[in-house]
Amino acid sequence: MNWVWNNLDLIGELTLEHIRLSIPPILLGFLISIPLGFLAYRFKLTRGLLLTVAGLLYTIPSLALFVILPPIIGVSYLSEVNITIALTIYAVAIMARSVADALGSVDPAVRQSATAVGFSSWRRFWQVEFPLAGPVILAGLRVASVSTVSLVTVGIFIGIESLGYLFTNGLQRRIFAEVLTGVVMTVIVALLIDAILVLIGRLLMPWTNPGTRRSANRTATQLPLAQGGGAR
Amino acid sequence: MIEFRSVSKQFPDGTLAVDDFSLVMPSRKTTVLVGSSGSGKTTILRMINRMVDPTGGAVLIDDEDISGLEPVALRRRIGYVMQNGGLLPHFKVVDNIATVPVLTGVPRGAAREQALTLMDTVGLDRSLADRYPSQLSGGQQQRVGVARGLAANPNILLMDEPFGAVDPIVRAELQQETIRLQRELDKTVVFVTHDIDEAFLLGDQVVILEKGGRIAQVGSPTEILADPASEFVADFIGADRGKRALSIRRTERGAILVDSEGRAAGVLVDGGPTA
Repeated sequence: MNWVWNNLDLIGELTLEHIRLSIPPILLGFLISIPLGFLAYRFKLTRGLLLTVAGLLYTIPSLALFVILPPIIGVSYLSEVNITIALTIYAVAIMARSVADALGSVDPAVRQSATAVGFSSWRRFWQVEFPLAGPVILAGLRVASVSTVSLVTVGIFIGIESLGYLFTNGLQRRIFAEVLTGVVMTVIVALLIDAILVLIGRLLMPWTNPGTRRSANRTATQLPLAQGGGAR
Repeated sequence: MIEFRSVSKQFPDGTLAVDDFSLVMPSRKTTVLVGSSGSGKTTILRMINRMVDPTGGAVLIDDEDISGLEPVALRRRIGYVMQNGGLLPHFKVVDNIATVPVLTGVPRGAAREQALTLMDTVGLDRSLADRYPSQLSGGQQQRVGVARGLAANPNILLMDEPFGAVDPIVRAELQQETIRLQRELDKTVVFVTHDIDEAFLLGDQVVILEKGGRIAQVGSPTEILADPASEFVADFIGADRGKRALSIRRTERGAILVDSEGRAAGVLVDGGPTA
């Protein structure tokens, strides 16, 4: 434990760096997955193609991707852009499928009812289908965020510092506590981001909250006071 | 007035859902389309707001061919109520009711204010305004659905088996409410059901449909009951069997009416309703 106490500054710094590196791929992956997921959901032809390609992308070893990306996109091997792009690709690989599945999970009766009352297809997508796909999209986003946080550590092999530094450094210097700290902190970062996503989901999708799930019985209309303010 | 002029609908898979259907649905009256599944009743209803476009013939609203109208704008001026209310699960009750006014550009605040008034109209307690549909009972959801259908103050209200999914007691309650609302609001209502009792209860004009949207009989409930046009109609309305074929049986305590099975169905009184 001595190692931890003596290196709190380093751990804190690497943790922040790790979070900073994790967020852009998660956000970008999310934004890119929406149109891709929509195409996969909307058109049968693109569905097979997109989802197969996305699945294949995820099988490329991350280290290999870090190495082959720079010459392709023309940036330095040491650039952070490498890791951002590579991890965005993985996030898209996971999320495009879940966006497609999520849109497919929207109740056709609700979609039809929205059309019947006069939603144009553009408004229906953004105001009805996308929000209702939210819970399933969020599930995919959570998987992608955990995956991203863990993959950021691999960046250390091309010199991008993160909690991964504690793995390589700890191994070289045979400091078990350092490696363990790296593992624990990575898990904590992953859990932290996950918790934030769940919280954002609750705020943006209040109709899915456990408290609002319970269906009211018929007496609720007749006795609104008996339910009191506690009903909401 | 809604007019169907030899309307046909063939779906891409070849099914002829509606074949040469002609009918006038008078303004400010309730027309009920009744038939079993496959009679094309829902398809006919959906041609009025262009959810379905006919493959032949024309649909006219107040003498205007609707095939030239923009579907989204047309739908916004026609109320639509469907089974389970067809509510948006992520909108609060008040926002569900305000949906159409908000779509047409009424400021949200004003639309919500008006939605609260509509909750009174359909008999919903205002305390439910901030709930989500999943927190309501089936009957309450259905009332929200009706309120939403009325929100843009449309002349036409389409009701697609709206009470199919609620229990009989709530259904009876909602049917009475519908009759009351129609008396107060005077809309042109087109109502689809497979329940002949519901059709006779609500309809000024009842249209009994056979397969493929073929009209078996059109008329007021009285006309149809008194003079079924065919074997099919007689069978469908149960004229010569079950609870409609009533006969008088004298008992020591007075006369009662019994159905064809001999079950008591009512009592005989002097001077019924005049009409």
